[in-house]
Amino acid sequence: MSQSSATLAAAGAIAAAFAAHFAAPAGAQEMEKCYGVALAGQNDCAAGPGTTCAGTSKVDYQGNAWKLVPAGTCLTMELPGGRTGALEPLDRDLPG
Amino acid sequence: MTGQGAFRRALLDPAAAVPAGLVGPGGGPAARRFAVYRNNVAVGLTEALEAAFPILRRIVGDDFFRAMAGVFLRAHPPQSPCLADYGAAMPEFLAGFPPVAHLGYLPDVARLENALRRAYHAADAAPLAPGDLPAPADLAAARVTLAPAVCVIRSAAPLFGIWRFNTRADAPMPGTGPEDVLVTRPGFDPHVDLLPPGGAAFVEALDRGATLAAAAAAQGPAQDPAPTIALLLARGAITALHRADGGPALHDSAEARRNP
Repeated sequence: MSQSSATLAAAGAIAAAFAAHFAAPAGAQEMEKCYGVALAGQNDCAAGPGTTCAGTSKVDYQGNAWKLVPAGTCLTMELPGGRTGALEPLDRDLPG
Repeated sequence: MTGQGAFRRALLDPAAAVPAGLVGPGGGPAARRFAVYRNNVAVGLTEALEAAFPILRRIVGDDFFRAMAGVFLRAHPPQSPCLADYGAAMPEFLAGFPPVAHLGYLPDVARLENALRRAYHAADAAPLAPGDLPAPADLAAARVTLAPAVCVIRSAAPLFGIWRFNTRADAPMPGTGPEDVLVTRPGFDPHVDLLPPGGAAFVEALDRGATLAAAAAAQGPAQDPAPTIALLLARGAITALHRADGGPALHDSAEARRNP
C-alpha cells in the first residue's frame, strides 16, 4: 500500500469510527442514584484518603450509601442474602 | 520552644529524642504524650495509603501492606496538605523496595490506582455532543481535546487482568502478556479499559497534540485506529475537535474546553 492510500484508509477508518458512535441510538444510559444497595465500604466513592466519603459505609446495604446504577434497574436489583463470595486473594508470589 | 523542622523529624523517627521544650504537666519531657502523637501520625498516613491503594493491599496482604506503608511514609512524608493526593511516589518506591522486587507488576498497579484517584478528582468535562461531523478528510486532520481524567498506563504485565481479578468477583485469572490500560471518567466514576494493540501510542499522540491521522500513523501501519476511537468516544474521553490550522473548533462542547 502506498503512503497516500494508507493515509486515505486511515482517514476512512477514523471517519467511520466517529460516524458509528454518533449513529448509535440514545447514547449512554441515564443514571440514577440508588440507595441501599452498596456493600459496606464499597459505595461508589473513589475519592481516596482524606475525604469524608471513601468507604464510610460501615454496614452492608446501609440506607444512605448509594451507588449509581443504570436507570430503571434500582428497584429490580437482587441483593444477595449474605456476603458475596470474597475474591480469592492472589496466594502465589506472596512476599515472605 | 522547639523548631518545626526538629519536631517534624522527630515525628517520623521512632528512635529520635523528644523535641526539646515539650514538657508534661510535671515539668519533665513529655515522652509518652509525644509517642502517642507520633504513633497517630503514622497510623493516619498508613490508613490514607490503605484507602488509596486497595488493590496493592489486597495483593500483598494487610499485614505486609501496613508494614510497607510504615517504610513508605517515613521515606515519602506528605508534600502537600491535601491528603487525597498522598501516595504519588508509590510506584517509584515499589520499584526500589527489595521485598517486592520479585513482584515486577506492583509499580504498574500503583500507577493505575494513582490514575484512578486523579481521574476521580479531575475537572468535569462534557463529552463531544452528537451532531454533524465534518467531511472525512477534515476529520483526519483534526486535533482533539481529551478529558482531564484521561490517562494511559503502559505495562509489560497483564495489568488489565490483574486489576479485573482483584476488583471483580467472577473475574478470570490474569493472562501473561503485556496489557496497556485506559483510565477515563464517564460521568462520576473512574473507568478502566483494556487498550487495543497500538491504542496507547494513539492516545498518547493525541494528548501531545497530533492530528487524528498522525496519531493513527503513530500506532503503526498495521493497526486500525477505529477500536481506540470508539473506546474514547464511548467513555466520553474526547471533549472537542479542532481544525488543524488552528481555526475554530469544528465540534465542541463549549463549557468543557480546556485549551482556549
